[in-house]
Amino acid sequence: MTAPAPVKAEAGVSPKSRRKIRDNLTGHAFLIGAVLCFALFMWYPMIRGLVMSFQRTRRGVTTWVGWDNYLRIIDDPSFWIAWKNTFYFTGLALIVGFAVPFFVAIVLNEFRHAKGYLRVLVYLPVMLPPASALFLFKYYAYDPSEAGLFNAVLTWLHLPTSEWMQSPTMTMPAMVIASTWMNMGGAVLIYLASLQNISGDLYEAAELDGAGVWKRIWHVTIPQTRLILALLAMMQIVATMQLFIEPLILANGAGTQDSATSVAYLIYQHGFFQNDLNGAAALGVIMLVVLAAFSAVYLRLSTKD
Amino acid sequence: MTRTLISHAQLRRGRGRVIYWTLLTVVVVGFTLVFLGPLYWMVTGALKSGQEIAQTPPTLFPRDPQPQNYVDAWTQLDLAKLLFNTFYYAAGAVLFQLVFDTAAAYALSKLRPAFGNVILGAMLATLMIPAMVLIVPQYQTVIDLPVLDLSLIDSPFAIWLPMVANAFNIFLLKRFFDSIPEEIMAAAFVDGATPLRTLWSIILPMSRPILGVVSIFAVTAVWKDFLWPLLVMPHPETRTISVGIYAFAAGTPQNVVVAASVIAALPTVVIFLIFQRNIMSGLTAGSLKG
Repeated sequence: MTAPAPVKAEAGVSPKSRRKIRDNLTGHAFLIGAVLCFALFMWYPMIRGLVMSFQRTRRGVTTWVGWDNYLRIIDDPSFWIAWKNTFYFTGLALIVGFAVPFFVAIVLNEFRHAKGYLRVLVYLPVMLPPASALFLFKYYAYDPSEAGLFNAVLTWLHLPTSEWMQSPTMTMPAMVIASTWMNMGGAVLIYLASLQNISGDLYEAAELDGAGVWKRIWHVTIPQTRLILALLAMMQIVATMQLFIEPLILANGAGTQDSATSVAYLIYQHGFFQNDLNGAAALGVIMLVVLAAFSAVYLRLSTKD
Repeated sequence: MTRTLISHAQLRRGRGRVIYWTLLTVVVVGFTLVFLGPLYWMVTGALKSGQEIAQTPPTLFPRDPQPQNYVDAWTQLDLAKLLFNTFYYAAGAVLFQLVFDTAAAYALSKLRPAFGNVILGAMLATLMIPAMVLIVPQYQTVIDLPVLDLSLIDSPFAIWLPMVANAFNIFLLKRFFDSIPEEIMAAAFVDGATPLRTLWSIILPMSRPILGVVSIFAVTAVWKDFLWPLLVMPHPETRTISVGIYAFAAGTPQNVVVAASVIAALPTVVIFLIFQRNIMSGLTAGSLKG
């Protein structure tokens, strides 16, 4: 077949630029559906959230109120409790949910057998709807009597039992355990993939230099996967700072003595129960600023050396 | 096979061999207990009677299995309706994402119209915004769509359309399309194929693996989502399964709630067991080489 005329036409600027316009229009026609959805449900809400945080709507009348929403939110005693809880959860989840998957991946990567089975096992909880998994934890695992799964295991091991969600000090660790169980599969798979990219020569050389297993992990494995480690830590922190469904289901929201209230739960409370969408929007902006500031510092530190 | 932390030779001889097999056994048994154990507990616990579940020490097998709990869950919570709703939202989400995100990724990768990179940048920027931050203004948008002045509450579009705004999918698809040689496109154009025809008969057939990954992600995302459907699907008739179970949990016996949770988890678990290879490769490919 011969090419359609415009492709080879060098007749002048005009047909060429007309064709360019037409190509652009075609391109944008393919983009329009997604762009409209982004505009409506992402870009516009980003601006709207910021605007809402400086307004107040009462009986259908919207007025500009400056920083009032922010001041009201910060004045609420639960604001500080929620931040304290959220940071505590994030920190604890980072220690448990970050170190554990990495070591699990290192061990799995050494196995020559049962690798597929173990990988499926670790990722299986990720596929459960979080609400399903959390009802399992709430009713069966964290039952405060000795009939509960965890307490039964602890009794069997002759260890002291716990009241789990009934105890203000155990609430957070219990939520971290549930959350890590549900989510660590993703991190393990990503670590496994990055471990497979490490060249065997590096281990060979380290071994010839007399480095033992731990030294090889420290001097080869960790430096070689540093970028992925940094990226995943970042992603995990952003995810855990949005802690919401765990307190909602496991602790009925606030938990014993406010030990479970999270910032995200407070947004939900203000926005949808206290009829204070403007306050909730302000809290959302505060959350964004805290996360952005945190990410900036983190990026500075992790790209420095 | 390439060597890893510990060499093959070391694992095959003497002490290394013993340690390897001991560790492997411990890990296989430990992982089975940690990851399958709770699921076993969930499925069998929901078969126990109210008295048996409160008994110490707990029984390993249900002494007097009560399948009635599952039947109660099915009828009392109207699980058939909830499952149908969730399937319906998931199927629509797959369709909308495949049509709009594929078209967008194709335009950004192959047609490259003016300002394409700006648009891609603005899309990718949304990945930096935590979902919780946008929940209130997104809800405000859905109850009163700008320009159109229309509420999407209790309409499936409230789930389908926001799912299209998924920068991660567009990024995955675009990267896949980028790997399709430019000559194929040029050849198709020389043959007089329109961009739509090229997409339909050349690009899409080559992209089946990535389209599969995107579809599976869409289904599991709808199935696992909780807060958004809780807000935009408030009517009992339109609820998703997770939200439905949560809404009924307070007034329902614990065993029945857990039985319902088991039924709710079945579809995603089955999908995972069938497509585990695709899911895991899509997951690692998407996150690694960004």
